[in-house]
Amino acid sequence: MTTEAIHEDLNEAHDDHDHGDHKPTGFLDRWLFTTNHKDIGTLYLVFSLTMFMIGGAMAMIIRAELFMPGLQLVEPDFFNQMTTMHALIMVFGAVMPAWVGFANWLVPMMIGAPDMALPRMNNWSFWILPFAFTMLLSTLFMDSGGPAAGWTLYPPLVLQTGSSFAFVVFAVHMMGVSSIMGSINIIATIFNMRAPGMRLLRMPMFVWTWLITAFLLIAVMPVLAGAVTMLLTDHFFSTNFFNAAGGGDPVMFQHIFWFFGHPEVYIMILPAFGVVSEILPTFSRKPLFGYGSMVYATATIAFLSFIVWAHHMFTVGMPLQAELFFMYATMLISVPTGVKVFNWVATMWQGSMTFETPMLFAIGFVVLFTIGGLSGLMLAITAADFQYHDTYFVVAHFHYVLVPGAVFALMAATYYWLPKFTGNMYSEKWGKIHFWSSAIFVNVLFFPQHYLGLAGMPRRIPDYSPQFADFNMISSIGGFAFGATQLIFVGIVWHCAFRSKVRATPEVWEGSRGLEWTLDSPPAYHSFNTPPEVTCNALSRAD
Amino acid sequence: MKKENTIIVALAVLAAVIAATWLILVAPALTGNEINMTKGVTQQSADHFDLHMIVLWICVVIGIAVFTVMFTSIVLHRKSRGHKAAKFSHSTKAEIIWTIIPVLILVVMAVPATTALVRMEDSSGAEMTVKITGFQWRWKYEYLDQDISFISSLDSSSNAARQLNSGVTPESVDNYLLDVDHPLVLPVGRKIKFLITADDVIHSWWVPALGWKRDAIPGFVNEAWTNIEKPGTYRGQCAELCGKDHGFMPIVVIALAEEEFDSWVNEQLAGKTQSDQQVTVR
Ligand code: HEM
Ligand SMILES: [Cu+2]
Ligand SMILES: [Cu+2]
Repeated sequence: MTTEAIHEDLNEAHDDHDHGDHKPTGFLDRWLFTTNHKDIGTLYLVFSLTMFMIGGAMAMIIRAELFMPGLQLVEPDFFNQMTTMHALIMVFGAVMPAWVGFANWLVPMMIGAPDMALPRMNNWSFWILPFAFTMLLSTLFMDSGGPAAGWTLYPPLVLQTGSSFAFVVFAVHMMGVSSIMGSINIIATIFNMRAPGMRLLRMPMFVWTWLITAFLLIAVMPVLAGAVTMLLTDHFFSTNFFNAAGGGDPVMFQHIFWFFGHPEVYIMILPAFGVVSEILPTFSRKPLFGYGSMVYATATIAFLSFIVWAHHMFTVGMPLQAELFFMYATMLISVPTGVKVFNWVATMWQGSMTFETPMLFAIGFVVLFTIGGLSGLMLAITAADFQYHDTYFVVAHFHYVLVPGAVFALMAATYYWLPKFTGNMYSEKWGKIHFWSSAIFVNVLFFPQHYLGLAGMPRRIPDYSPQFADFNMISSIGGFAFGATQLIFVGIVWHCAFRSKVRATPEVWEGSRGLEWTLDSPPAYHSFNTPPEVTCNALSRAD
Repeated sequence: MKKENTIIVALAVLAAVIAATWLILVAPALTGNEINMTKGVTQQSADHFDLHMIVLWICVVIGIAVFTVMFTSIVLHRKSRGHKAAKFSHSTKAEIIWTIIPVLILVVMAVPATTALVRMEDSSGAEMTVKITGFQWRWKYEYLDQDISFISSLDSSSNAARQLNSGVTPESVDNYLLDVDHPLVLPVGRKIKFLITADDVIHSWWVPALGWKRDAIPGFVNEAWTNIEKPGTYRGQCAELCGKDHGFMPIVVIALAEEEFDSWVNEQLAGKTQSDQQVTVR
């Protein structure tokens, strides 16, 4: 570009305040070639919702087979494909992309930037995903069937998958590439594009938690990629990384996998911590309690998440010293986690609370996530884990932290920011119905699984002894009702985007604080063409 | 006046939270279903049960405390009651308190947790050894001191009933999915060492009444031990996903008094010589 042209550009930007609002016309230009953070955010969110539906349908098949003892619907091998695919789809297709979608929409608006730092890479990192998941799902229709060894992909079992395994590995590689590019973009944006005055320790908690999450992603996605590549060569090229008969070590895979896997669970929950830390202050009309310690607690959790991985493999036969180390480190994680919960309660304390749908989901999150955190603490007790491990007790634990944990936070975020994104209010009445129905049935679905696990029911089995019949039936009923309830959610989102007649104000909520609420609802195509003035007052906390 | 109000509401909320806790942690047992970990029949299972109960109680108390404060706030500090928001945004003292107290609680928990673990991992002084090998989808048991070995698979009536749409109701089968053709027979009161391995993929040998599971991994030999205190039949299942019939490779342990066990061993050995002779004759 010549100097003249730049000059003209600047002039134009200066004169024409609507400059930022020229959306590309034409469907392909708008969506396929888009480099706009809002459009890409929308694509991520729509993609994620689609994956929720597909992964949810698989969960319905699982709960239907487990409705009563005996095999009624599917063969055991297909059942295993369902549990494996359900987890892969939900983790990599639903929860992670949903958080990236919110990051795309919100990070530029929250830090006062016009767009993401690397918009073309942003486009690429999204458009990889539909291909990755089409490929993953296509394995279900191949002769050798989909992967059936669990989302943990443990060898030697996973090496018994037929040739469709190559597609699974390639799909995982693509997801990893997408996540890494997304993270680089988020880090670059946060470090380079903050408005003047938006010091790091003034950033909204959602930005902070995502910054830390992005570092976790960059650290562990390559580890997963390495692990599945070794599986690939063991399967197709006669290497022996994990093959004991060839001098390899099947347990090494588990160490590598969980070195990725434990940070991965925090990748799914840290942005949720951020969202809840945004929503509670708004509806309590009171600043977030202990902003500083919230940031440090998040960083501590992220650090500890790298040194606890072997708590997933206490029963593989480790030296006593290793078992003790991983037990103590895991127990330690509950300290910063506890600080978070206590600070949230202290944020609500002496507030002036109202209970719109986002607040209901945020409160639901705090209560039910805490239950999941407490069962996590129980699982950390190594000796007792020799009983809990690989039972429904573990299934109950991680579903509490992931469903009424991460997923409730996603719902809360949707209700909280959707009026900002679309310019319309959602139906508060239906939002409340959705919340109460979800909150009740998620407990009917998952709480009885604690009893089943303690009473001795292993996980990942398609059929069980009649002694487990009652609570499985209750759990399945809760599952069907919870699944049906989510159709309400789809309806609410659709209504809000396309049908709602109630316009949202820029602030949307009475107590809202932060730069995103200073923009119109919906905001202009490029968020801040001129950096905003950042004053303490505008932020969700006093410092 | 206002303070009193807070205390009354807090007490009412506390009662409600305790009632809810009772409802989800105790009441379900009234249905006659088992909802808790077994106390089992070994020192280890008793240790693990105690540990489980200690940690559970600590978690229950923490949960009740947090939820009581939170719901008290939800009742009192709402805009619809005209409550005005306070302005405070941090308190170093409070934050130090709720960092230190959890650490202390963890230290208290770590003591019994460490003792139980050290005790579980001490397999010294075993009086007999059984080698367990996992296969897709059955178990092989080898009594290394007695020279007995056999394979143990799902019993035939369960196996017939568990086929897709078999038409047999699981309730009509005795110990559906938890019965085998050849159970593992063990003596009570003797320290038994297990050497656990696998031949194809990873399995996990788990009998809840003994108090632990241990992975059976190809290329590795894991050690574990037990000392059963009470004669009886104890059932368990494979606990590591091992392929399509992972749900159908149960474990049955029959614990016999010493003398009965010895005569069982002699029977087995006699049976074995007989069949060996038959083979030679043929
Ligand atoms: C207080 C914090 C937590 C502690 C102490 C904790 C501890 C544990 C332990 C020890 C296990 C292994 C249990 C076993 O397999 O025997 C486990 C499993 C698991 N946890 Fe947590 N956890 C915590 C929080 C979380 C969070 C926040 C998430 C995710 C949002 C999470 C997700 C999971 C998942 C997905 C598994 C099972 C993975 C699998 O085997 O498929 N946990 N947790
Ligand atoms: Cu973990
Ligand atoms: Cu198995």
